[in-house]
Amino acid sequence: MSNLDPAFVRGLTRPRRDFLKLFGAAGGGLALAACGVEGKKQAPAKQSDVQKYWAGKTGKGHVDFANWPLYMDPKKPELKLFTQRTGITVTYKEVIQEAASFFAKIQPQLAAGQSIGYDIIVITNGIQFGQLVDLGYVAPLDHGKLPNFAKYADAAYKKESFDPGNVYSLPWATGITGIAYNPKYVKEEITSFASLFDPKYKGKVGMFSDTQEIGNFGMLALGIDPEKSTAADWQRAAEKLKQQRDQGVVRKYYDQGYVDPLAKGDIWITQAWSGDVFQKNLEGAGLKFVIPQEGGTIWTDNMMIPKTAENPVDAITLMDFFYDPKIAAGLAEYINYVTPVSAAKQVILQDAAKASGEDKKTLTDLAASSLVFPTPADYAQLRHYRAFKNPQEQKQYESIFQPIVTA
Amino acid sequence: MSRRAAALTPYWLIMPGGLWLAIFFVVPMVMMLSLSLQQGDVVNGFQLTWHWQTYVDGVTTYHSQIVRSLQYGLASTLLQIVIGYPVAYWIAMHGGDRKTAYLFLLLLPFFVSFVLRTLSWQFFLSDDGILLGTLKSLGLVEQDYHVLATGGAVIGGLTYNFLPFMILPIYVALERVDPRLLEAAHDLYAGRVQTFLRVVLPLSLPGVFAGVLMTFVPAASDYVNATVLGGTNNTMIGNVIQNQYLVTQDYPMASALSFTLMGALLVGIFLYARALGTEDVLEVAAR
Repeated sequence: MSNLDPAFVRGLTRPRRDFLKLFGAAGGGLALAACGVEGKKQAPAKQSDVQKYWAGKTGKGHVDFANWPLYMDPKKPELKLFTQRTGITVTYKEVIQEAASFFAKIQPQLAAGQSIGYDIIVITNGIQFGQLVDLGYVAPLDHGKLPNFAKYADAAYKKESFDPGNVYSLPWATGITGIAYNPKYVKEEITSFASLFDPKYKGKVGMFSDTQEIGNFGMLALGIDPEKSTAADWQRAAEKLKQQRDQGVVRKYYDQGYVDPLAKGDIWITQAWSGDVFQKNLEGAGLKFVIPQEGGTIWTDNMMIPKTAENPVDAITLMDFFYDPKIAAGLAEYINYVTPVSAAKQVILQDAAKASGEDKKTLTDLAASSLVFPTPADYAQLRHYRAFKNPQEQKQYESIFQPIVTA
Repeated sequence: MSRRAAALTPYWLIMPGGLWLAIFFVVPMVMMLSLSLQQGDVVNGFQLTWHWQTYVDGVTTYHSQIVRSLQYGLASTLLQIVIGYPVAYWIAMHGGDRKTAYLFLLLLPFFVSFVLRTLSWQFFLSDDGILLGTLKSLGLVEQDYHVLATGGAVIGGLTYNFLPFMILPIYVALERVDPRLLEAAHDLYAGRVQTFLRVVLPLSLPGVFAGVLMTFVPAASDYVNATVLGGTNNTMIGNVIQNQYLVTQDYPMASALSFTLMGALLVGIFLYARALGTEDVLEVAAR
């Protein structure tokens, strides 16, 4: 609507009779057609694009970082250290509660080529990750500026199917979607997806509002592997989830906001992300997290630089900083998510050797935790997200699962 | 001043308001109408295809949320009248010198943000919270009793949040009732009830009408209360529209639903105006 349609402007300036005519088929059509929303699918980035993007860009000494809640120690020791070492200041904001709603918020600005006010954003390898790449909204990374990543990142994280060769993204952390429960109210060991559908917990079950998260659990409860699922499987899963909802089992569909209700007792058992409950437990919540016997889903949250970022050089410096094993270890110790730097395990064990008492036990447990350093056997148990072949397929998926969460 | 310039004066007077409406109301409306008839997705863009089917799909998929929104809006509006009318009456008739103080007290909570107030209700009413936790430990309510995630909680939140917008217009109407009319009624042997029913109430109805306009429309299209206080089967159409715009990014569906809701509300308000026997809705509202 940047260029006003002439017919429309005339309509505003002429007497009322003409103005009304505007809404007749012809004039109205012109005005309406002027409002089309442009989409622009981009070709994948080439090496020359990388050079073109980074050419002439220099550091400005500041980074604006948008991340999810519960993804860093509130005291921000890593960022303080970074500022100490490099002189670059960081503004860290926990503004991402859900991938889809965050993307929808930044999309219009990115489409208009404007800065979104953040130099690093953290996006899960889901639908929105693909859209950011397809629309050419994210900067191709200059690997010449990423020495730590080259040296310390695990091989598996350099060839992830959603971004092979890390053209656009570096993993922040990997996590597992499983089940969390509050043992104060739930008096049994939870081991299976079936508990989320158990009428015994009527009105006390939390599910995610993210269509992929909820769809995945619907499918896994039916024994379907989401990664290999078909449209027919989605329908079956949707039926199961609808039944769960209509029986009154589900209390509410949550974004990141599920943790407090779980601690408060509004919900007793819920879909959950692996690290969250451990951090909540630091406040004494006493929650439990389990990967169901049928397997959980694994996902990776990735740091990306929007093309319109004001400080891309400082941003990429910070991204690389997190691949220093010492930093990665400190982060993992607090957030309890899988770190893409397995060398961090040695650092944690060294820390444990120096520590004593309760701290020593916590650190030793952490190094052995399959939720932070999964073994190949653990990985084999986990399921991956369905990658959509095209927007039509994705739209079909969303039209099946979206009505469940907005009943 | 030439006759021609004089003839133009009214147009100059209307221009600031007219431009304001044109830029901030007509343009977005035309854009939305256009969007509602387009097809596509964010990655490939949207094109105008005159796809009226979106309206049909929207109503078929989300009719229960539309009906629920109207019901919740209506229920909360009725509750507001029941709660608000006596308050407005008391302040207007018995407030004395402290009227301003009472009105200020009424508005005091509204210096705190809307979302924050609603969130504090969520905190207060949580299943094991200050209120229910205490009642449960005293054995006064059952263990699995809960207020949040019910339609009642959403209607309660709507009523609470919009109540001052009901009270104020009624207060203004009541405040304007000439005391001499009451004296006249008394002189003509009308009792208190008669005076209220035949003098005060009819004179205050325009206030009630304005209050309904100011509360029913925003209440029926609200989404904050349903998000914060509601559960799985309390989604209002505002939530669906917000979700379609800001999560799914299905702009056509969101726009089509917005227009449908707007149409439903307009029809509702006009029917209501007819039922009230007023000839011109807006004149009454502005009175």
